[in-house]
Amino acid sequence: MTEALSLVPTTDARVARAIDLIWREADLLDRREYRAWDELYADDALYVIPIDRETDDFASVLNMVYDDTRMRRMRINRLTEGYAIAAVDAARTVRTVSRFVPLAVSDDEVTVRSAQILVAYKRDHHDLWAADVEHVVRLGADGDRIVRKVIRLVDSEAAVPAAGFLL
Amino acid sequence: MTIDETPADLVAADRVAGRLYTDPELFELEMTRIFERTWVWVAHESELPGPGTFKSTYVGRQPVIVTRDRKGVLRTLLNRCRHRGASVCEKPFGKANGFTCPYHAWSYGLDGALRGVPYPDGYEGVLERKDISLGRLRTESYGGMVFATFDEAAEPLEDFLGDVRGWIDRFMAQGGGFPIKVLGRHRFTFRGNWKIQLENTTDGYHFPIVHRSWMASVDAETADMMSFMTDPTAVTHDLGHGHSVMQMVPEHSDLAADDGTEPLQARFDHVVAELSTELDDAAVRRVVRAMHGTGFNLNLFPNVSMSAAFFRVLRPIAVDRTEIEHIAIGPDGPAALDVVNRERMRVHEHFQGPFGFGTPDDAEGWDRVQRGAQAAPGMPIMVNRGLAREKPSAEGWPTSHVTDETGMRAAYAQWKEMMGDD
Repeated sequence: MTEALSLVPTTDARVARAIDLIWREADLLDRREYRAWDELYADDALYVIPIDRETDDFASVLNMVYDDTRMRRMRINRLTEGYAIAAVDAARTVRTVSRFVPLAVSDDEVTVRSAQILVAYKRDHHDLWAADVEHVVRLGADGDRIVRKVIRLVDSEAAVPAAGFLL
Repeated sequence: MTIDETPADLVAADRVAGRLYTDPELFELEMTRIFERTWVWVAHESELPGPGTFKSTYVGRQPVIVTRDRKGVLRTLLNRCRHRGASVCEKPFGKANGFTCPYHAWSYGLDGALRGVPYPDGYEGVLERKDISLGRLRTESYGGMVFATFDEAAEPLEDFLGDVRGWIDRFMAQGGGFPIKVLGRHRFTFRGNWKIQLENTTDGYHFPIVHRSWMASVDAETADMMSFMTDPTAVTHDLGHGHSVMQMVPEHSDLAADDGTEPLQARFDHVVAELSTELDDAAVRRVVRAMHGTGFNLNLFPNVSMSAAFFRVLRPIAVDRTEIEHIAIGPDGPAALDVVNRERMRVHEHFQGPFGFGTPDDAEGWDRVQRGAQAAPGMPIMVNRGLAREKPSAEGWPTSHVTDETGMRAAYAQWKEMMGDD
């Protein structure tokens, strides 16, 4: 049974597991350990950076990223194989994820909304990437997995820098 | 520039001065002599689908609103209140009866006419409402592409486009019998001069090098389609007025010419299956064969390219800063086409945009040009590739291989003409 939002604190053991996973993910992404990052995702997972902040029907609109597992793995290849000059010379990133709000909590699945502030540094410039993030984490005996991550940038409809890293 | 140099001296047939990318004074001159004089692309007609619809954009650095007025006429208005200069519209797109300035509520019609001024008694004897309107730019369109110019005396758009018109017709044929509509847009910035991007859309030479990671990620048929480096039929034409066309996949340059022998790409089998329940086989083939767009990039001076399956629009912000839009397009028709447009958006996302498999690598290359060009401002940028093998085509267009720099030479010849014109 899914419990109502206001009743579940972030100290709830199921929510704490999800937050643990989200922080581990943030660390792996900042370290650009993309193959280890992939391990956090379920085979049916979606990773989305939409342009339209209001939609949930990502398939019907143009997104910045709309990755199923096939696309996510190709993206990881691109970011790690050494041919992509944007990835070879990618900005160094440091991100914090906080302001966690559990949206739906059951014994099988936790949906958490959070704020992510990322600073990317490259060649004397700092770029700021701020976003509302939503994770759906599947809780399992064999490990917890991300089944959905949606990163809604505050400036998703404006021009952002072309990036050699992931949010 | 030294005292006795003029901008025109900085461009020769085979080279341009590095300071074309770095000199702020040249940038200022470009804004007035090029962007505030020539025809600048502002919209596709599908972005203004009915009376009252509008789009906010720029001509050069000046903010404008493109509107379709009550009679359906396309207008381009300066986004600046006549009273104290505030912008009258901050929405990127929308539908409205007119525009009201938030500061003192002066209100304007969709044609820019001043309709209302609050507490008008203070203006008795000093303001005639009928004499004042939002600034208006000449606005004309061809093949759905809408352009505006500050120059009331500019040649008609169709003359400016000249031989480009036939290529616009061919480009729009990717609708497969349906009109073209805008599906969405990626927007990104890079730290470099606008002409670096202008060149790039006609630069076949960089493709297998910069886009190696994209090539490695697509299916073999798509990679093969883009293997034009040694294809002698893949050519670039200089179409005059700074415009050029780069034919990367010549067998898709004229999508209407189809002898039926080319198999449709297996990756689109699910699209064919779904479409076939609603459209006949010939219609399905037209639409699916055009899934990657046309086989060419049509590069228009100074700010838009009709590039395979999308529009690339550049906006100069500063001498070393440029914004790019990659606008996805697709056929506009019955709901059965939704599967086509979903697939076209997936193809677009794969290469384009700030997180695509292609664009970030392009942007890295352009950043590096801007940084490197700071060295030896007198050292030329070379645009001579293929000069010795450039020949006129049957139509009389200077033509060379698709990896050659014919299109860049065309753009710089136009730059030289406009910048040298006092």
